[in-house]
Amino acid sequence: MSGDAGSGHVAAPGGAAAPGGAAARPELEEAARRADSRRGLLIALPAWFYLTLFFVIPLGIVGVYSFATRSSTGRTVLSDWNFDSYRRLWDSLVVEIAVRTLLLALATTLICLVLAYPLAYFMATRRPAVRNLLLILVMIPFWSNFLVRTYAWKVLLGSDGPLSQLSQALGGEPIRLLFTNTAVIIGLVYGFLPFMVLPLYTALERMDWSLVEAARDLYADGWTAFRKVTWPLSIPGVVAGSILVFIPTLGAYVTPAILGGAKTTLAGDYIVSQFLAARNQPFGSALSMGMMLIMLAATIVYFRWFRPSGRDL
Amino acid sequence: MTAAVALQGVSKAFGEVYAVRDLDLAIRDGEFFSLLGPSGCGKTTTLRMIAGFEFPTQGSLQIHGVELALQPPNERPVNTVFQSYALFPHMTVEENVGFGLRMKKVGGTEIAERVKKALDMVQLSHRATASPKQLSGGQQQRVALARALVNEPEVLLLDEPLGALDLKLRQAMQTELKDLQTRVGITFIYVTHDQGEALTMSDRIGVMHEGRLLQVGTPQEIYERPTSRFVAGFIGEINLLFATVVDHASVRLAGGRLVAAATGVAAGSEVTVALRPERLELYGLGEVVPATLNAVRGRVTRRVYFGDVFFYDVDTTDGVIEVKEENRPGVDLHEIGEEAVVAWDPVATTVVER
Repeated sequence: MSGDAGSGHVAAPGGAAAPGGAAARPELEEAARRADSRRGLLIALPAWFYLTLFFVIPLGIVGVYSFATRSSTGRTVLSDWNFDSYRRLWDSLVVEIAVRTLLLALATTLICLVLAYPLAYFMATRRPAVRNLLLILVMIPFWSNFLVRTYAWKVLLGSDGPLSQLSQALGGEPIRLLFTNTAVIIGLVYGFLPFMVLPLYTALERMDWSLVEAARDLYADGWTAFRKVTWPLSIPGVVAGSILVFIPTLGAYVTPAILGGAKTTLAGDYIVSQFLAARNQPFGSALSMGMMLIMLAATIVYFRWFRPSGRDL
Repeated sequence: MTAAVALQGVSKAFGEVYAVRDLDLAIRDGEFFSLLGPSGCGKTTTLRMIAGFEFPTQGSLQIHGVELALQPPNERPVNTVFQSYALFPHMTVEENVGFGLRMKKVGGTEIAERVKKALDMVQLSHRATASPKQLSGGQQQRVALARALVNEPEVLLLDEPLGALDLKLRQAMQTELKDLQTRVGITFIYVTHDQGEALTMSDRIGVMHEGRLLQVGTPQEIYERPTSRFVAGFIGEINLLFATVVDHASVRLAGGRLVAAATGVAAGSEVTVALRPERLELYGLGEVVPATLNAVRGRVTRRVYFGDVFFYDVDTTDGVIEVKEENRPGVDLHEIGEEAVVAWDPVATTVVER
């Protein structure tokens, strides 16, 4: 039936398409699935090996240490097991540090989301060639060392740095941002923004924009179409990006150490100081375990909250 | 009566390239109108301008007399059935169908009633709480229809809605769509590249090519009286033979044979004679060809069996002519290599520009 422009050619009366696939054979499918999973295990073996050696075993050591005792000389005594280190987790100083760390991580994640979503949206709606260019631009910061970039912020934010000089040249006060929570957040947002942009971009790039047109066609204005269609369908990207930013921010050490001050100790800082300065490995271990529990809980809550099956949000 | 949709001097340019150029079209209220053409002819762009997804670069676009060329889609009394259906994957079937009514702030109980009625209409009430992903292609298609029709639009726009379905289902849906349109009485504008679909379903067809509207007419007019070589060639199978106009009632074919045909252009003009294969008859050399018929002699070079019909290629001095003969008693079979005469009624001869 294809209407070929041009002089009359005989068109084949389209062969009847075979309806559906082959008849389902449950037992065959089951066997194939099992073979697949065996093969999958084999392929994953190097990763399993690596993770066991460098993650599971060290984690086990940390877990064991967290129940041990510190001797008066700062050695860890692997007998006399107790919960002392865990009890110390409720010290007001620890709780304060934990809350500050959580809030900071939350703020960083939120700011990253607010900054990254429009950027990812812009990128995903460009022509493919432009998109790739923008993707490369987002990743360019990774080409130089993270430590170097963080030190650059130290210069930028310092009281005699360019920002402060500009402020003074305009007749304002010198800017004193360095060694504050704000400086830490600026540094963290800067460092982790790409981790938010990339999953959001992936989610938006896969968007079927005819769905947005359908919403517009069904009387939704631009904003409502975004709220009812684009946003709910990009939730997987929001979840992935938020976790990629939130979790590492909770444990961030370098940025707060360089840009933060003594009054802004965060969890990462504090754990390091327990291992190195205070030589209290059991307490450091207990702190690490506590942090991991918080991260795990936060991740679970987050997935529950933003269940991607999302109804008409 | 004002037209349901009226386009005047509408052009759409993407940068330097014109997708639609100087389009004038009036679509009547309640009609099933098809925009037909090959891909890239501008038919989808035209539909998207009516929907509001594209704005015309020039021209006026009115729906029931109201100028809407630059209104956003949500402010137009039209709804669209998308080629890919574009069902919201994060909503159930009934949430999809009720979306437009919710946006229009219709009351909850009325929404429920109208959604139910719309789903009844497309026989999908039993899948109301299913997710679109759980439905077959044909069912998704019907949800898309219900989602558009539940809003009682003044005009329904359909963008190749059957393209993704297999042949059997497509034929069934053609009938269903046409019945539905008759029942609801809403103006349908149907975009397709499938001439069979356009011929069987439409009240009128507009044929587009390279951004221009070439001909508008009933399926019969389009098929039997094409006004251009493109329309003649695009719709159905056809023989296109070069000829020169002799006078108002005859042309001379390239091989020198004089045939009767109403021309309407100046003598000496170079034209194309368009002949539908099914309007041609094949006579054996021994048979008497009625004198009123045009006749061209040639040799059968090919015979293709289609079950209900045979297609013959007959090599003549005026070019290869394809003839379609029914496979039934009383119609003689012709062998390859046999000399034969192709004959047709002068009325069945269409003359178009070269």
